[in-house]
Amino acid sequence: MSPTSSVPRPEPAPHPAPVPPAPAGPGRRRTAGGLLDPRQLAASLPDAVRKLDPRVMVKSPVMFVVEVGSVLTTALAIADPGWFAWAVAAWLWLTVLFANLAEAVAEGRGKAQADTLRRARTDITARRLTDGGEQRVPGTALRVGDLVVCEAGDVVPGDGDVVEGVASVDESAVTGESAPVIRESGGDRSAVTGGTRVLSDRIVVRITSRPGETFIDRMIALVEGAARQKTPNEVALNILLASLTIVFLLATVTLQPFAVRAGAEQSTVVLVALLVCLIPTTIGALLSAIGIAGMDRLVQRNVLAMSGRAVEAAGDVSTLLLDKTGTITLGNRQAAGFVPVDGVTARELADAAQLSSLADETPEGRSIVVLAKEAHGLRARREGELGHVAFVPFTAQTRMSGVDVTGPGAAVRRVRKGAASAVDAWVAERGGTVPEDARRAVDAIAAEGGTPLLVAVEDGGGARVLGVVHLKDVVKHGMRERFAELRRMGIRTVMITGDNALTAKAVAEEAGVDDFLAEATPEDKMALIKREQAGGRLVAMTGDGTNDAPALAQADVGVAMNSGTSAAKEAGNMVDLDSDPTKLIEIVEIGKQLLITRGALTTFSLANDMAKYFAIIPAMFAAAYPGLDALNIMRLSSPQSAILSAVIFNALVIVALVPLALKGVRYRPAGADAMLRRNLALYGLGGLLVPFAGIKAVDLLVSLVPGIGS
Amino acid sequence: MSPILAGVLQVSALVAALALVHRPFGDYMATVYTSPRHLRAERWIHRAIGSDPDAEQRWPAYLRAVLAFSAVSTLFLYLLLRLQDRLPLSLGFRAIDPDQAFNTAASFVTNTNWQSYAGESAMGHLAQTGGLAVQNFVSAAVGMSVAVALVRGFARSRTGTLGNFWTDLVRGVVRILLPVSVVAAVVLVAAGAVQNFAAPQEVTTLSGAVQHLPGGAVASQEAIKNLGTNGGGFFNANAAHPFENPNALSNLWEVFLLLVIPFSLPRTFGRMVGSVRQGYAVVAAMAAIWLCAVVAVTALEYAHPGAAAQAAGGAMEGKEARFGEGASSLFAVSTTMTSTGAVDSAHSSYSALGGGVLMLGMMLGEVAPGGTGSGLYGMLVIAVIAVFVAGLMVGRTPEYLGKRIGAAEMKLAAAYILVTPALVLCFTAAAVALPTPPDSTLNPGPHGFSEILYAYTSGANNNGSAFAGLNADTQWFNTTIGLAMLLGRFLPMVFVLALAGSLAGQKPVPDTAGTLHTHKPLFSGLLVGAVLVVAGLTFFPALALGPLAEGLS
Amino acid sequence: MNAAALRSTSRLTGAALRALLVLTAVTGVLYPLAVTGIARAALPGNAGGSTVEVDGRTVGSALIGQAWNGPDGRPDPRWFQPRPSAGGYDAPASGASNLAATSPELLRLVEERRAQVAAFNGVRPAAVPADAVTASGSGLDPHISPEYARLQADRVARARGLDPAAVRALVREHTRGRPGGFLGEPVVNVLELNAALHEAAP
Repeated sequence: MSPTSSVPRPEPAPHPAPVPPAPAGPGRRRTAGGLLDPRQLAASLPDAVRKLDPRVMVKSPVMFVVEVGSVLTTALAIADPGWFAWAVAAWLWLTVLFANLAEAVAEGRGKAQADTLRRARTDITARRLTDGGEQRVPGTALRVGDLVVCEAGDVVPGDGDVVEGVASVDESAVTGESAPVIRESGGDRSAVTGGTRVLSDRIVVRITSRPGETFIDRMIALVEGAARQKTPNEVALNILLASLTIVFLLATVTLQPFAVRAGAEQSTVVLVALLVCLIPTTIGALLSAIGIAGMDRLVQRNVLAMSGRAVEAAGDVSTLLLDKTGTITLGNRQAAGFVPVDGVTARELADAAQLSSLADETPEGRSIVVLAKEAHGLRARREGELGHVAFVPFTAQTRMSGVDVTGPGAAVRRVRKGAASAVDAWVAERGGTVPEDARRAVDAIAAEGGTPLLVAVEDGGGARVLGVVHLKDVVKHGMRERFAELRRMGIRTVMITGDNALTAKAVAEEAGVDDFLAEATPEDKMALIKREQAGGRLVAMTGDGTNDAPALAQADVGVAMNSGTSAAKEAGNMVDLDSDPTKLIEIVEIGKQLLITRGALTTFSLANDMAKYFAIIPAMFAAAYPGLDALNIMRLSSPQSAILSAVIFNALVIVALVPLALKGVRYRPAGADAMLRRNLALYGLGGLLVPFAGIKAVDLLVSLVPGIGS
Repeated sequence: MSPILAGVLQVSALVAALALVHRPFGDYMATVYTSPRHLRAERWIHRAIGSDPDAEQRWPAYLRAVLAFSAVSTLFLYLLLRLQDRLPLSLGFRAIDPDQAFNTAASFVTNTNWQSYAGESAMGHLAQTGGLAVQNFVSAAVGMSVAVALVRGFARSRTGTLGNFWTDLVRGVVRILLPVSVVAAVVLVAAGAVQNFAAPQEVTTLSGAVQHLPGGAVASQEAIKNLGTNGGGFFNANAAHPFENPNALSNLWEVFLLLVIPFSLPRTFGRMVGSVRQGYAVVAAMAAIWLCAVVAVTALEYAHPGAAAQAAGGAMEGKEARFGEGASSLFAVSTTMTSTGAVDSAHSSYSALGGGVLMLGMMLGEVAPGGTGSGLYGMLVIAVIAVFVAGLMVGRTPEYLGKRIGAAEMKLAAAYILVTPALVLCFTAAAVALPTPPDSTLNPGPHGFSEILYAYTSGANNNGSAFAGLNADTQWFNTTIGLAMLLGRFLPMVFVLALAGSLAGQKPVPDTAGTLHTHKPLFSGLLVGAVLVVAGLTFFPALALGPLAEGLS
Repeated sequence: MNAAALRSTSRLTGAALRALLVLTAVTGVLYPLAVTGIARAALPGNAGGSTVEVDGRTVGSALIGQAWNGPDGRPDPRWFQPRPSAGGYDAPASGASNLAATSPELLRLVEERRAQVAAFNGVRPAAVPADAVTASGSGLDPHISPEYARLQADRVARARGLDPAAVRALVREHTRGRPGGFLGEPVVNVLELNAALHEAAP
């Protein structure tokens, strides 16, 4: 950091995302829990109370009805005091409070993150370039198009693109990743984010965002839930819940005249209790918490979704466009085989290739050593074993690396490996020739998209070529299984690559993707997306370059890499702070999990009604029609205890399900039918049976209170 | 043969016959509603109507045509009844009172056929044959049209059009209802049903008494009354009357007739959406509910709980000797589950719980298998709701037959399922709370409450059967049940057609492994669950104070 | 409503009215006439009401039950008696009692009828079958169960001075099994049995 810097710097921000990016792989699905930490609950309580404001409550029709019921029963309890009325009123208030608490806890987790981000944003002074020179202005005064200069130690004052220079930048304030990244003008690594810190060198940045609308500002709004709007499925579900609420409201209100006719007039408190038990309070209470938590699960994985709609769309995606390099393949070439020339055994070739690579610390070099060991049992030798060894490192000029071994008797054995043309020249220089079969091998490897490395040796026998090492792009471990899993989920994967069709086909087959787009131009990509969408499919893709921007905007889920250009980040509806394209798969899973959680809790909530009827109806009417006591299959101790137990269970079940709402239900990739069968059994059947046990248990406790049980 | 074995064989024979017929008949109906050709007779009719049979209608236009036709029908029938005394073939009966005329007109136009009159002592030949029987045809055809329009909504993409109402109406009458009715009527005459235009015949019996034997175009009306799931009897006793339903064979034939279109329409649906298995899933859910109810009611009637039935040694009060408990129960369940409302026995005299099952059959929204057309569209709306919840549970935006169920669709489906419970509960509550309507009840205690609850359930769900102890020929009941029938028929149609329009405009989502498969047994089970939850839960408290209170005491 | 909307509404109403009139002609006139024509030609007896003739005069319909009372309005022991009827076998007033299975009123009626039938026929009350103490759905049930017919045979024979065995044979002769072997219940048609009785011993 520059000692001359006069810019006040914020303290290095602590890690904003407490959960580190999870390792990719089919084994891990559950998000970390630790959700009902009592401190967190206590901290959320004031928020939960604030949310009792009817103007806030009315947004959730189900819970609004409960709140109205609470007010009503409280008024009745005041007018005509009695322990039963007060107990029901208290538990109804608790029901509302629990719902608000669930939402507040969900929001609270984002708030902590937002505070950290806020610290990164405060009081930045920008060094704006003017015609004459440099001017210090507050970061908030910057306009789009302004040029600012940042030197080592400076905090980048706003989002922008580097237009001059190259620098290493600490982005931990935004991404949580402490390793610095390189940002340079031109190309796909030109975007810098406001609030990040330049560690070395000097760059000039063209500002691309207005103050208050920077990436960090948007991030804060998102994680706080301020920008939260109801997603389409949430709206539809709310309609269903509202209509069920109306139906049960009618059923309850009209019950009174029926009861009067039967000579069993009910108190309003009892009717309110019945209503609250029947309307789908469980899902009504947890609905918004589920949505917030879904966004939060993405944030925990360092993905920022610009809208809840995008998260939901991720669940619906039926086509994934994946870039080959870095997503499907490791992105660096690895040794896949040794092709010896006539008269040389593969083992000899492997031995020489290994020797030449011992000092080569590039992934390619290491992979040759590994392959030699795996394929021919050649272990890596240490220097001492070989006598005097001089390594010849790879340079851009020679395009070769190798080793000179001075054996006993001062005989020198030189081994070289490198690009075909370079080794060709090296051998020719020493009077050797490259045999025809080596040339053929080189061409064949190149033709199928691999990289050929010639291996040559010069010793007593002169210079000669031993053979060719086949380097190729290697598919990441586990991708095949991952794609099979996606296929079972009904998602088609399409590999995008700049390679020719032949290479692309080979990699596609190896990786097990469903389709590929070779020699892809941005236009091809765009056309593919539009074609898929015309067939009713939803498309997800990742991208980082400016030329990806149109496709990112067109895709239903466009995940921009944080390392990419600002144009890409603007165009996509999600940003992956880790810049890990494989994460697209996880994003899809989180989207699905969000929807499943809503569906499961809705089913659970509706199935609960059966048990509540069996608790409340006999309690209300067994006095008038003793035969109805046959419906009291839980044998609850007294009518009042039965009604109160149902209300208490109804409130407690919300609390019990908060962790599930926040974590999301367990999600295992499977076909729709298997998933439905499982969730129906769990949440449908469970929802039917659990309340019978729950209400009975609460009744046993309630009846212990003196004066209640009979 | 024991009565129970006979009962089992009877149900099996019926199921076998329906299983055999529903495929070719369903396919035939699909052809009727998709064929581009018009019969010559149909062309004449369209020329008379002045409509272009090939003009496609968007949902609002389709709905306007449905409503206009039904409104004109109601008015026409009302006038026919009000002016009966001045029109020919009245058999000397007087004009029907305004409130009863309104109720009856609403009843027949809405395919309900609730009757607050006794046919043989109020309606002349013109009213019966030229007014009521005509509505038996056209109201059934209207229901089928709306169902077909909804099916087209699923089958079509990127278009806002749902077909042409006039074409659907005319084809339903000319190609489906009319030919089957002719055959059905002749079979009924062969069994002994009356078919003439004679005045009552006076005879002196062997014991020296004088008896008046009524006449009328009974068989022809009986045929369409069942086939169109109308249910309005020529006589007060409805299908218990030996002239309408002379023997156990005609009884089974009538049950077959009232089930055949509702149980075949899912096949039509499957054909039209291009996957017969989708139809099977729907029909399986319908059949499962129907069969459970048949077993429950039959078992209860054989067991004949209730003090009076126990004292009699059998549940024969209100049942005909030639039918007995088994055939009567089969008819009763089928008629309440199909929005028919014809009765071959007095539902009011069924065991309390058996009567409760009949009532529940209607409360489920008439979807198992439901009325002609209305059963299918009702079940498809329930399917939309089931798909929504289940679809979420598989992690996708729910879709049914490639159509996304979004907020717009959910709004319409939710409104649909709100209508009948709201009507039933509100009207029943008002009737119970007001001073005079309860005086109309015959039986004391919870059964009296059941009579009122049954009346509005039957009206709002367009069934038409009754716990007939209730004297429903009062201004209050004629007016409110009339309103319940009209609102219970046409409000859901508005939502169904709007839903159809919304679906037809969508582009389809392709089927993948991640799609919830709606042609599997699991989905049928889900559908049954949704029917029970959506409708059943709403009525549980009311049922507790009626049939449950009566039956468990 | 503006003029255009009014025009389109009246056009639609006109179409609806014409459609109703045409369909009324088809389904309300042609259809019943066609069915009546076929029925009259092929099945005149059934279409006309399945009337029963004794000694050349019509004495009722086989399908419509009758009361078999004496001049005093009480059940005549010389005839087989039908089931109780909610409408007293008044043909233009068909219908059921609609009393609930739990109805105290129905319980009273059943007990009364059981006592009456037992006394009338000289049998134990427990021997009286259910159809003899319950009113039918139509109030015009033309049938009784074979049990109820058998129970009455001796009493009828006594009243007419006939051989009980002959009357029982008549009952057997007029017992109809279930159609198809499994549909409905076995029954005896009261009018047909009484007509046969009348012919056997006028």
